[in-house]
Amino acid sequence: MTQQTHTARAIPDRLQSPAARALRSWESILVAVAIAIFVTNSFTSPYFLNAWNLSDATFNFTEKAMIALAMALLIISGEIDLSVASIIALASTAMGLAMQAGADVPILVLVGIGAGLLCGAFNGFLVAGLGLPSIVVTIGTMSLFRGIAYIVLGDRAFTGYPPGFAYFGQGYVWWVFSFELVLFTVLAVIYWALLHRSSFGRAVYAIGNNATAAQFSGIRVARVKFILFLLTGLMSGIAAVCLTSRLGSTRPSIATGFELEVVTMVVLGGVNILGGSGSIPGIVLAALIIGMVTFGFGLLNVPGIVMSIFLGALLISVIALPRLFGKR
Amino acid sequence: MNILKNRDVLLAFAIVLLIGGVAARFPAFVRPGNLVNVFNDTSPLILLAIGQMIVILTKCIDLSVAANLALCGMAAALLNGMGVPLPLILIAVVLMGGALGAVNGLLVWKLGIPAIVVTLGTMTIYRGTIFLMTGGAWVNAHQMSAAFKALPRTVLLGLPVMSWIALAVIALFFVILTRTPLGRSFYAVGGNPHAAVYTGIDVGRTQCIAFVISGALAGLTGYLWVARYAVAYVDVAAGFELQVVAACVIGGIAIAGGAGSVIGAVLGALFLGVINNALPVIGISPFWQMAISGSAIVIAVALNATQNRPKGRIILKEVEPA
Amino acid sequence: MKPILSLRGISKSFPGVKALQNVQLDLYPGQVTALIGENGAGKSTTVKVLTGIYQPESGAITLDGQDVQFANAQAATDAGVTAIHQETVLFDELSVAENIWLGHAPRNRFGLIDRRAMRNGARDLLAGIGSTLDPDLRLGDLGIASKHLVAIARALSTDARVVVLDEPTAALSHKEIHELYDLVETLKTQGKAILFISHKFDEIFRIADRYTVFRDGQFVGEGLMHEIGETALVRMMVGRSVDQIFPTRTSKIGPPVLTVAGYDHPTEFADIRFTLHEGEILGFYGLVGAGRSEVMQALFGITTPSKGAVRIDDKVRVIRSTHDAIAAGIVYVPEDRGRQGAIRGLPIFQNITLPSLARVGRNGFLRMAEEFKLARDYTQRLDLRAASLDQELGLLSGGNQQKVVIAKWLATKPRVIILDEPTKGIDIGSKAAVHEFMAELAAEGLAVIMVSSEIPEVLGMSDRVIVMREGRIVDEVTGDAMTPERLVRAAAGIAEAA
Repeated sequence: MTQQTHTARAIPDRLQSPAARALRSWESILVAVAIAIFVTNSFTSPYFLNAWNLSDATFNFTEKAMIALAMALLIISGEIDLSVASIIALASTAMGLAMQAGADVPILVLVGIGAGLLCGAFNGFLVAGLGLPSIVVTIGTMSLFRGIAYIVLGDRAFTGYPPGFAYFGQGYVWWVFSFELVLFTVLAVIYWALLHRSSFGRAVYAIGNNATAAQFSGIRVARVKFILFLLTGLMSGIAAVCLTSRLGSTRPSIATGFELEVVTMVVLGGVNILGGSGSIPGIVLAALIIGMVTFGFGLLNVPGIVMSIFLGALLISVIALPRLFGKR
Repeated sequence: MNILKNRDVLLAFAIVLLIGGVAARFPAFVRPGNLVNVFNDTSPLILLAIGQMIVILTKCIDLSVAANLALCGMAAALLNGMGVPLPLILIAVVLMGGALGAVNGLLVWKLGIPAIVVTLGTMTIYRGTIFLMTGGAWVNAHQMSAAFKALPRTVLLGLPVMSWIALAVIALFFVILTRTPLGRSFYAVGGNPHAAVYTGIDVGRTQCIAFVISGALAGLTGYLWVARYAVAYVDVAAGFELQVVAACVIGGIAIAGGAGSVIGAVLGALFLGVINNALPVIGISPFWQMAISGSAIVIAVALNATQNRPKGRIILKEVEPA
Repeated sequence: MKPILSLRGISKSFPGVKALQNVQLDLYPGQVTALIGENGAGKSTTVKVLTGIYQPESGAITLDGQDVQFANAQAATDAGVTAIHQETVLFDELSVAENIWLGHAPRNRFGLIDRRAMRNGARDLLAGIGSTLDPDLRLGDLGIASKHLVAIARALSTDARVVVLDEPTAALSHKEIHELYDLVETLKTQGKAILFISHKFDEIFRIADRYTVFRDGQFVGEGLMHEIGETALVRMMVGRSVDQIFPTRTSKIGPPVLTVAGYDHPTEFADIRFTLHEGEILGFYGLVGAGRSEVMQALFGITTPSKGAVRIDDKVRVIRSTHDAIAAGIVYVPEDRGRQGAIRGLPIFQNITLPSLARVGRNGFLRMAEEFKLARDYTQRLDLRAASLDQELGLLSGGNQQKVVIAKWLATKPRVIILDEPTKGIDIGSKAAVHEFMAELAAEGLAVIMVSSEIPEVLGMSDRVIVMREGRIVDEVTGDAMTPERLVRAAAGIAEAA
């Protein structure tokens, strides 16, 4: 409210302070839900409130949440990548091959990340370069990438990764804070800055709202989209390193169904599935919620497939409920 | 229409070429008995591809078909176990599949949720429901009645009943899509939803009907699948939805809606079916299947896009005499 | 004479807007009624109420004295009301015959669509309007004029008694317009009631028998065409007598800024050459589809010309993307504001800073305070009306959205600003403000190109006018040579009268 001195008809910058706006946002609902789940879980199971158990629980979501960070940007821009789980399978298979060829730990990591980047570049070329619809393209590459893993492995598996490799999925940086959790936290901060504080992030929002007008405003739409697919591939590659390290083996069926959980996280995090809006804090909160619910179900011995029913229902109802009650 | 017809001819030609190529090395592949087998094996894919094609015509996509198939197949096996007569089971699976499709359709129509999200969600819900129904147990051959297992395999006039059903469904939907107002409205809704409203066509309702058709066909296929392979479990036909989408895309169904034909979908399915059957014959591991249908989707989408690229407005006329 | 169809006390509102308030309209058999009003007067909403697309909140529709309700488009068609809409509402993937008959196709005795009857019927209907179009052709392969004929045949296929023509001539050529007039005469002799909506007064006076005027969603008056003159009609339309007044300009034309030479595009334009000077407003006149926007979009890097050179301040600039154009100092305010200009979901200030992010940010990071400062400076200059700068752009009126789009471009400090139909679809008040502002920009030394199809605007604002036809420059006029007759003749390709 500093510019009121200019003229009588000066337009204020904001009517609501950013804090007041945040209080009424989707993210604050998520905070309330997260607290409610935390309290419920504490009461239903005596094992929940234990630093090490809680730390274990974070492994439920950190790998998917890393991908969700990049997927959020991609969906905000109006595209989607359904091939992320298959990229993990292919990247993990590539690491397995490298291991058999005698590669040491740094090379393994580079191979995993490099494979992810290559897959992302392939998707990006098809969507941003050739202008094909991302839904079908990534349904195709979803089948293609995992198919390559099957061609290489068939019904076999790669095992026997070097001991030092276990750190990425099983190591701890300090006390109960695992490498994966710390890495996710760092990545979340980077993505927050990228989406909310950089001109690249602004371009992402502009493209998601109106790609034509964004192009008419001098934004290189194809380039931005290509980079977004590259980032999603990169995150899938990093997730592949962590997951392979955690499991200690590679099967072609690794990470099956991850794409559903990643998309659910993104939608639950408040990203509009049609593009144009969403935030990184929302994604982090959604990841925490899904992680705690999975952990809670696990403590109650609920089978994994029931958890996936819950996720499917959650995905639909998060979008359906606001529409049913006319909020959007 | 001409381009589409040309495309169908090209695809048919490719299939013949493929069969010929395999036959050159392995003549047994083109024996009538084996070709009947190939068609019969491809029947489930054809049935689902026709349903999927209609959904895609209306600008939607149905990723839940394989889960729907598995759920209805399990329901059929369980009903059989309870002693329900076969005709009732057939009616039940079609109704159940249709109802599951209607769930997708209503969410798309009434709440305006994108089809991809709806069916990604119901895909896991439907498959999870099988687990809830059975606790993960299998229904094996010895738990099924002889009549239940026999129907799809019974040979009539040289063709198994499953193939006859596929042929009947092809004929039925060919007529519906080309000769009924409903069929034409699928094209209208996908081709120009805005204009469809002006024509008095309810876009959401038409999309919902497409989902019901796709679901009902998946339900019917569920019974056929479970009876033919004589086993029902949670992961029946897991990932099959990708092959179904692949068949449609290869068959020239425009993913943006409004363009495609039953013949195209059938040819797309046959193309994949011939490849799947030829792989073991020419000694390639079946683990190649997934990558092949994946690359087929990518290549077909790229080809469709270059064909349908809108031409710019032509303003310049030939230089006029001054 | 009794009307076939009457609207009485019809109201319809949308969130935030009362589109129609208690309006009335009568359509008589064998007569053409013109519905007249400015943009936003409620004409399109009325058409949609008549054809069952919208349901009114209150009021009655009577057909032959009976109260009727149109629950959807089909119900209106069944009752004998049909419309030819301003947008093409046809299907590219279906055949001509199917486009004509979709929704009411003839059936054979099995209840299936009778394709032979459909094809023959289509041929007859097309013949009735003087067309020999093959009913089996795919609609997507036809040109715009043929598509229009299909739309008319479709409207006639329902055997309608009430025909609505919603700006039917907007996309038609001179010859096609005359064919349409003949068609309207035929429909009149068949006793059909016709509602004619057009912005072109010469058309209205030529073919309408009656008029009804709406203003801001309200009924203003009605009467017989031959009892009213143009001035009186305009006064009813705008609520006051308006002689369009343009700002008086003392143009100080400086050195050349932009030089375009030998500009060619494979399908859209050829041999475009012109020079634009500092402080000059250069008008581009032509019929809709003459290729003016296409040239401008090539200059702005949306499409790539096959040959030709662009020089700015005597330096050759290669423009392959909008990014290049902005860097070269060329900016473009597009005609299609909703699709190409405004990003409605983003706040006002973010719309304004979007092309200038490199300047207001630092090392790729944003600086909000700088963004707000830039937005504040330019919105004040354009006298924007808004609640706050972080309001979503979509919540503003069309005129204010246009101001934001212009502010966005000025904030990049361009050398050349191209305005494509800058006052299309905005109210008279905003129109004058935009004109005023254009004059101001030119006076400050900016080089301005204005593409416009409105002759008064072109003549009132430009220092010089270039006329385009079928992708080529056909005339260039300055000073006293700038007469309406000369521009119209050049644009339409009519030879100079002897």
